[in-house]
Amino acid sequence: MRVTRSIITAAAIVLLAAWESQAQNKLNVVTSTEDLASIAREVGGERVNVTALARGYQDPHFVEPKPSFILAVNRAGLYVAVGRELEIGWLPPLLTSSRNARVQPGASGYLDASLNVRILEIPTGQITRAMGDVHPFGNPHYWLEPGNGRLIAQAIHNKLGELSPPDRPYFGQRYDDFDRRLAAAEKRWDAIMAPYKGTKVVTYHRSWPNFMERFGLEVIGYVEPKPGIPPSPSHTLDLIEEMKRQGVKLIIVEPYFSLRTPQAIANQIAGGKVLVLAPSVGGMKEVTDYIQLFDYNVNLLAGALKQVTGK
Amino acid sequence: MRRVYVLWPVLAAGLLVGAVRPSSAQTADVESLRREIEQLRKELAAVQQQYDQRLAALEARLGAAQSAPAVAPPQAPATPPTAEVPPGAAGPGTPAGQLPVYGAATAGSKIFNPDIGMIGNFLGAVGPNKGGSETVAPTPFMTLQESEASFQAIVDPYARADFFLAIGEEGIEVEEGFATFPALPGGLLVKAGKMRANFGRLNAFHNHTLPWIDRPLVMYNLLGGSAEDPDTGIKDAGISVSRLIPAGNVFLEATGELYRGDSGTLFKSSRRRDLAALGRVRGYVDLTDQTNVEAGVSYVRGHNDLGSDFLTELYGADLTLRWRPLSRAIYRSLAARAELVWSRREEVSAFQRASGLYGSLDYQFARRWFAGGRYDQAERGANASIRDRGFSGVLTYWPSEFSQVRGQYRRTRFGDDGRVANELLFQLLFTIGAHGAHPF
Repeated sequence: MRVTRSIITAAAIVLLAAWESQAQNKLNVVTSTEDLASIAREVGGERVNVTALARGYQDPHFVEPKPSFILAVNRAGLYVAVGRELEIGWLPPLLTSSRNARVQPGASGYLDASLNVRILEIPTGQITRAMGDVHPFGNPHYWLEPGNGRLIAQAIHNKLGELSPPDRPYFGQRYDDFDRRLAAAEKRWDAIMAPYKGTKVVTYHRSWPNFMERFGLEVIGYVEPKPGIPPSPSHTLDLIEEMKRQGVKLIIVEPYFSLRTPQAIANQIAGGKVLVLAPSVGGMKEVTDYIQLFDYNVNLLAGALKQVTGK
Repeated sequence: MRRVYVLWPVLAAGLLVGAVRPSSAQTADVESLRREIEQLRKELAAVQQQYDQRLAALEARLGAAQSAPAVAPPQAPATPPTAEVPPGAAGPGTPAGQLPVYGAATAGSKIFNPDIGMIGNFLGAVGPNKGGSETVAPTPFMTLQESEASFQAIVDPYARADFFLAIGEEGIEVEEGFATFPALPGGLLVKAGKMRANFGRLNAFHNHTLPWIDRPLVMYNLLGGSAEDPDTGIKDAGISVSRLIPAGNVFLEATGELYRGDSGTLFKSSRRRDLAALGRVRGYVDLTDQTNVEAGVSYVRGHNDLGSDFLTELYGADLTLRWRPLSRAIYRSLAARAELVWSRREEVSAFQRASGLYGSLDYQFARRWFAGGRYDQAERGANASIRDRGFSGVLTYWPSEFSQVRGQYRRTRFGDDGRVANELLFQLLFTIGAHGAHPF
């Protein structure tokens, strides 16, 4: 009996060790958000394990540095950050306590995905917190533009090839395939959005400048009086006036904000409409990868624009 | 495009090297060579494509830059400012000619300045009875109790440094100042310097990150409080080593710390070898995406004020339960905390065995509003026959991430004279400078 048991135990240990070593063969990639995770999966395929820390339906500015995240970062061979101080409130303590030299800022396993992309709203001149929670290095919601998605994929592709040279051709192939599918999808999205170029909208937070610029929509105001500052009655009244004056009917909201104020604004405007779009992969159940993120948003937005503009 | 032409000779050289191989394995070689060429061709195409894309991206960026409003042309590099040698300083062995002016042309080096922040902790208290005991410092009518200056930066590829200077009404104290080594082998995290010790949950918190205005009675009575020091807790110069213990999806961390052995009224080091030692194990697990629980046990020992032959030992247990629905994370959250501390203080003829605890609940009911309550009781470490009890209700308002207004009703029954203190405390916290990490 005892012999059998010890044999089973030994076999289990061997199996576990084998499984563990197999898991270690793959490069562990940890990303701040699900968007970066999706792009890393596109490029890395089955040769990498990808984990995202923040969920797509959660405000990426306010993620809690949970100890379980320390475990994830501890096992990472590559950490991909959004950068531009989006994660300033939670990433530094995670990296410090991760006990992982590979992913410390400046080490080869740390990638700031924002370094090569097109960043908007970089403040010029003096900035103070009287402007709200401004990001001194520009708007960090840059992934909401497919061109930037491609540049992120390129950066991840280069980094993965650097960390795992034998897999370079494989990553190259995966990147090309992603690039091709993205280009085809872009044509589709442009065609859907073409009739609505120049339409004016309002958004809750400044999450959408790259997206709106790409598809030619104009944001004339925000539900938040200043970035990170919750809506105030006087600002809400001003916004309603402005929307009426300019004939703006559509308010775009991220899923992690309360719909109360946007709904109240929409009710004051004839034909006013509130639309919840996904700012990230995972923001809605059906948005499971980077290309679907735009599929979802573009289709929903075009439907709503058709309703409010009659085009 | 030029890169392509550069690559052709390389390819040709590769072919040449392949061609002069011995002929015995020629067929196999030809096959592998063919594959290699195919591979190279593919990589070349990939490089070419990448190049084209980069070029296109650059062109697009250039176009965008041209359409953007013109920026001021770069100024001609100014000659570095210099100064004359002062008349009195001339002579043999002294500098001659123009002297450089330091600090003028070094603006670039400012990027290496640490992140600097300053937090003001302004308190007020009203109530018929002032409160306070020999372990609890009374709160005056109004006080800028603490201004905390923080300086944080990465030292080099191996270390980062964090300084927290607490400027109180009496003077300035290095509340913490330590270097952290995050890149050590063996999964170790080492800190060295002056630190708040990792005893229990609350001791490591700074005053401004507490969910209340004050610290609970157990920290004043058992962790070295005095009537003079409004900021109590174990803080000392020492070294901390911690390591993760592999346990699947459970976060398990063991910490060992060694201190000089001087901390408030708790530990006193009369000889160099009167050290204080600490051990802590904490575990954390995500029950769901939105609920998690953390538990820890701690032990610390050191020499007390009676001399080198007298030890004080503390045992602690803590439990924290948190709930925060991720999609409404900025509007709703809940945290329940409990902590128990047992103290065994060696005295001339016997031991003083004292214990204390607190339990609290904090609930965020709107984006800017938090409400909470706390029950606490503690015997005094040096006189366990005296037990103080307290209850607090707290309401917090957050105008923004960088300021906080808080009110707290505190009722304390002091055990020595049956005195009951009913106090209303107010707090205004305000932060400038670097955006610090959110506490967890």
